[in-house]
Amino acid sequence: MLHIVNKSPYERNSLASCLGHAQKGGAVLLTEDAVYGATRGNLVEGAIRKALEELPVYALGPDLEARGMQANVIEGVQVVDFGGFVDLVAEHRTSQSWL
Amino acid sequence: MNFGLLINEGPYNHQAADTAYQFARAALAKGHRVQRVFFYNDGVNNASKLTEPPQDDRHIVNRWSKLAQESGVDLVVCVAAGLRRGLVEDNLAPGFRISGLGQLVESGIEADRLVVFGD
Amino acid sequence: MTETRDEIGLEAGGGVRKKFMFVNRKAPYGTIYALEGLEVVLISAAFDQDVSLAFLDDGVYQLVKGQQTKGLEVKNFSPTYRALEGYDVEKLYVEREALEARGIREDQLLVPVQVVSAREMGQLMEQQDVIIGF
Repeated sequence: MLHIVNKSPYERNSLASCLGHAQKGGAVLLTEDAVYGATRGNLVEGAIRKALEELPVYALGPDLEARGMQANVIEGVQVVDFGGFVDLVAEHRTSQSWL
Repeated sequence: MNFGLLINEGPYNHQAADTAYQFARAALAKGHRVQRVFFYNDGVNNASKLTEPPQDDRHIVNRWSKLAQESGVDLVVCVAAGLRRGLVEDNLAPGFRISGLGQLVESGIEADRLVVFGD
Repeated sequence: MTETRDEIGLEAGGGVRKKFMFVNRKAPYGTIYALEGLEVVLISAAFDQDVSLAFLDDGVYQLVKGQQTKGLEVKNFSPTYRALEGYDVEKLYVEREALEARGIREDQLLVPVQVVSAREMGQLMEQQDVIIGF
């Protein structure tokens, strides 16, 4: 399953809840304000690094760029464009948006 | 592949409508089909023809209308959610139609993937 | 694409029966999501799909007994959860961790539910064909 998170991890628990439910074989895509969670040197980095041991984590490039965060992405987090977003949805049988 | 989209937030206030639009365009560019975009909750405000953003901003409503015109995407506004928020036939932008929630469930059944955009 | 159709299976009469899960993670009244989400659930029942509801995070507050909305002059929609059975919507999964974190006991809920762990909830989500969260 593709898990889509669009909230800053400092504002809501969507990312934490998502990571607490995602199963092996799934993937996580960070979009909109959730891309702050894909960046280095902060409180959330450890949780993303831990998740990366079990799941691929993606971040939407245009959202990173809009927020000036494109140069600060955690190694291992894969940056995708909207076409990549479409591919991820197509590759996984279902998607869940953690609104 | 056949995609169904659900949009639960209005334009401008929240990024959901922009993300959904970019997703729809990227899907079409890749040769996929967007079977339906269903507008629910405050998402119904994406369909108001009274929308007039400043000149230097994107026109979210017209963008949807163009997508319907050029790519035949079915834009459906929930009747009950629309009535709650004053969105009725009279102020509906071109390319949108008003129908029931059953259209959302049908989209979930008929599309290969249903993607939800909201807050 | 055809593979997806095969996974779902076709019913007699050509009707597709998918597993729909409605995921509730928000409290009632503060926003409209719980109420309008419930309206989708009721409609989905008419389509003869395999419908389930998941309550996690603040979504568990939707099911707490004793909701009285007179003072707010808004509709108390909590009795609708009790009516779901009449629509053949009987799979209500509530997450144990979410209840415990909020100090809510199962006997404080207004409808019979199946309490599951976060891990089980994650597995249930994996089994779905369509997941709609509000």
